[in-house]
Amino acid sequence: MAARTLSGAVVAKLAVLGVVDALAVYGLVALGGRRSWWLFAAMLVGTAAVNVIYLGSRRVPAKYLAPGVILLLVYQVYVVLYTGYAAFTNYGDGHNGTKQDAVAAILAASETRVPGATARPIRVVERDGELGFLVDGPGGARVGSAVRPLEPVAAPGGGVAGAGGWRTLPYGEIVARQAEITALRVPVPGEGNLRTSDAVTAALYRSTLRYDGRADTVTDPRTGVTYRDDGHGRFAAPGGAVLSPGWKVFVGFENFLTVLTDPSIRAPFLGVLVWTFAFAGLSVGLTFAIGLGLALVLGRPELRGLRVYRSLLVLPYAFPAFMAAILWQGLLNPDHGFVNAVLLGGGHLPWLTDPWLAKLSVLAVNVWIGFPYMFLICTGALQAIPPALTEAAQIDGASPWRVLREIKLPMLLASTTPVLVATFAFNFNNFNVIYMLTGGGPRDARSPVDVGSTDLLISLVYKLAFGGSARNYGLACAVSILIFAVIAAISLAGFRRARRLEAS
Amino acid sequence: MGRWFLRYGWRHLVGAAAVVVALFPLVFVAAASVNPSGTLTGSNDLFADPTAEHYRTLFTDPLHPFGSWFANSMAVGVTTAAGSVFLGACAAYAFSRFRFRGRRAGLLGLVFVQLFPQLLAYVAIFLLLSELKEVFPAIGLGSRLGLVMVYLGGALGVNTYLMKGFFDTVPKELDESAQIDGASHAQVFFRVLLPLVAPILVVVALFSFVATLNDFVIAGLVLTDPDQQTLAVGLYQLVSYKLGQNWGVFAAGALIGALPVLVLFQFLQRFIVSGLTSGAVKS
Repeated sequence: MAARTLSGAVVAKLAVLGVVDALAVYGLVALGGRRSWWLFAAMLVGTAAVNVIYLGSRRVPAKYLAPGVILLLVYQVYVVLYTGYAAFTNYGDGHNGTKQDAVAAILAASETRVPGATARPIRVVERDGELGFLVDGPGGARVGSAVRPLEPVAAPGGGVAGAGGWRTLPYGEIVARQAEITALRVPVPGEGNLRTSDAVTAALYRSTLRYDGRADTVTDPRTGVTYRDDGHGRFAAPGGAVLSPGWKVFVGFENFLTVLTDPSIRAPFLGVLVWTFAFAGLSVGLTFAIGLGLALVLGRPELRGLRVYRSLLVLPYAFPAFMAAILWQGLLNPDHGFVNAVLLGGGHLPWLTDPWLAKLSVLAVNVWIGFPYMFLICTGALQAIPPALTEAAQIDGASPWRVLREIKLPMLLASTTPVLVATFAFNFNNFNVIYMLTGGGPRDARSPVDVGSTDLLISLVYKLAFGGSARNYGLACAVSILIFAVIAAISLAGFRRARRLEAS
Repeated sequence: MGRWFLRYGWRHLVGAAAVVVALFPLVFVAAASVNPSGTLTGSNDLFADPTAEHYRTLFTDPLHPFGSWFANSMAVGVTTAAGSVFLGACAAYAFSRFRFRGRRAGLLGLVFVQLFPQLLAYVAIFLLLSELKEVFPAIGLGSRLGLVMVYLGGALGVNTYLMKGFFDTVPKELDESAQIDGASHAQVFFRVLLPLVAPILVVVALFSFVATLNDFVIAGLVLTDPDQQTLAVGLYQLVSYKLGQNWGVFAAGALIGALPVLVLFQFLQRFIVSGLTSGAVKS
C-alpha cells in the first residue's frame, strides 16, 4: 500500500467535511426533536452520500457534481414535486392543517363559559416547560395541562407546592408568559375545559358543538344540526352550511377541472393563455426583427463608430428590467407622463388603463427592454458566418437581398434558435414587466376572479396564490403545472427543431 | 457626399434613431433625479435647475433604508454570481472531461428540471424556507443567505450547458499533459482549465448577477424585514404607494442601483457578445 502523506489539500478537505457533518448532526437532532421524519431521512441519506463521495478516491465526477446537485435537489426538484403534490390538494386559506387541528379549532372557537359554574381558585404550574393548572379541591390536589386532562396528584408532605414534580410559577414568570397562560385550555374529563383570565381563578368552558370521533361528525345540540365530512376537507351540514376552518385533503384532478371547466375561471384563463402566447411570441418576433435589422445596418466592419453604437445600444439591456418597467410606468402616466405631456403635446391617451392600449404599452416596453439583446446576438451570429460564403454568392451574382434570405438568415436561425426558444420561455413568464407596469390591469370588471387584460399566466398564478382575500395555493399550483406542461412542450419542440437545423 | 450617404450615411441615421429610442428614458431618469420638483409633472422640464436633493433624501430619509437595499442587492448578487460560477464550472468540468454512467441522462435531466421556473414554485419555496427556519434559522425565511441558496438551486442547468460547450473547446491534450506531469484532477481544474475558460466564467457571473438584481418575487417572499430587502423589493415599494411624490427619489435610486451593472456591461462587452452567441439568455 502506498504511504499517503497528509497534504494541505487533504487536511482542508477533511476540515470542510467535518464542518458539514457537524452541521448535519445538529440538523438531525433538531429534525428528530420536531419529528420531521421525512426530512430526517433525506438529510441522513444526503450526509452519508457526501461522506462516501468525498472520502473515497474514486467517483471523481461525483465530487464535482455533488454540491450543485444537492442544491438543485433541495431548491428546484423538491419544490417542483411539492408544487405537483399541492396541485392535487385544496391547500389554501381555511385549508391549512390536518383534520385533527381543524376539529380542535372548530371546538375551541365555539367554546362558551358553562353557565352557573363558579370560578375555582387555581395555581399556574410548570414542569419541563409545560404549563398546567393546579386545582386544590376537597378531594385533594389535581393537575392538568393542555395535553394531560386534570387528574389527582399525590401531594408530598401535605403541601401542594412540589406536587408530582410540578413547580408553582412565580409572579414574574406569570407576567412574562401571560399570552400562553390565557390561551391554555386544560381538559376536565366529562365537563369541559378549564380556562383562566387572571392566573388566579379558572372557569369551566364547554364547546357548544360536540365532536363524535366514531361517527366523525360535529353536532350542534342546540339546533340539532349535524355536520359531516363532505370529502372536500370541510364539515358541512345538509343545508349547505359549513364549519370553519377546514383541513387539507387530496382533491384529485378537481383543481385542474376547475381551471378547464368552471366557466368563471375557464374564460379568463383562456383569455390569459392566448394573450400570454401573443405577448411572448410578439416580444420575441419584434425584438429579433429589430435587432437583426440594426445588426445588418450597423454590422459593417468599416463603419465608423460601430463600437460607440454598440456601447450605447446595450444600455437598455443593462438597465435592470424591473427599474425600466417602473420608469416606463411613470413615462406613460396619462396626465403627467412624458409621453403624453411632452411627446404628444398634452394628450391624454390612457396608455395603461385602456385594455388594448395597455397591451400595446407592455409589448412596446418589453421590446424596448429586449431589442438590444437581440442586436448583440445577431451581431455576434452574423460575424460568425464565414465571409467567404457571402462573397462567393455575390460573385455568382446574387443580390444582397438574396444573400440575406438564402444564406445569412438560415445560418443565423440555426445558431440563434436556442436563444429564441429560451427568450420565448422567459417572456412567457415575464412577471416583472407586467407586475411593475400595469399590475396585470386594467381589471376585467365582468370576470368574477381578479384578472386584467395584460395578465400573463404567471401573474394570474401570483394573484390566485397571494393576491386578494382567499388564497388558493392548490389552484395556483395546478395552473403552475399547466404552464410547465405548455413550456416543456414548446421547448422540446424548439430544441428538436434546432437539432434538425444543425444537422441539415 | 451623395455616394457616402448611400453607402454609410443612412446607416448612421438608423443608428442614431435607435440610440435616441434606447437612451431617452435613461436621460429622462437622470434628469428627474436632479430635478428640484421631485414629481412626475415637474420632471418633464429636463435638467432645469439641477439639485442633489433627491440623492441626499435617498440616503438620509429614515423611511427607506436605501443604503441597506443597495448593499443587500450587491451582497446577494455577488455571492450568487460567485456561487453559480463555481458550481456551474464544477459540473461543466465533470460533464466535459469525464465519461460516467448517467452522464447523458444527467445532462438531459438538467434541461428538463430547468424548464420549470422557480418563480412558479414560490408557494413551495415559501413553505420549505419556513420549515428550514425552525431547524437552520441561518438559511430560513428572512435570511439573505437563504435567498442565495434558493438562487444557487438553479445554478446548474443553462449555465452548465454554456460552460460545458466552452470547456469542450479546450483541447483535452492540455489536461493530459498536465496529468503526466503529476497534477491531480483538482489541480488540472483550478490551474489549467479555469484560466483558459475565463471569458465564459465572466459571462455567467454577469448574467446571474443581473438576474439576481432583477428578481422581485422570490426576494420579496424571503426577505420581509425592510433592512434586509433588496433594491427590487425596496424601490418598488417606494414608488408603488405614491408615485408622484417620490419620483425624484426613485429616479436617483434607480440610477445608483443600475450604475454597477451599466459599468460592468461597458467593461465586459467583448465577453458578452461572444458569450451571448453561445446561447445565453437574459433571465
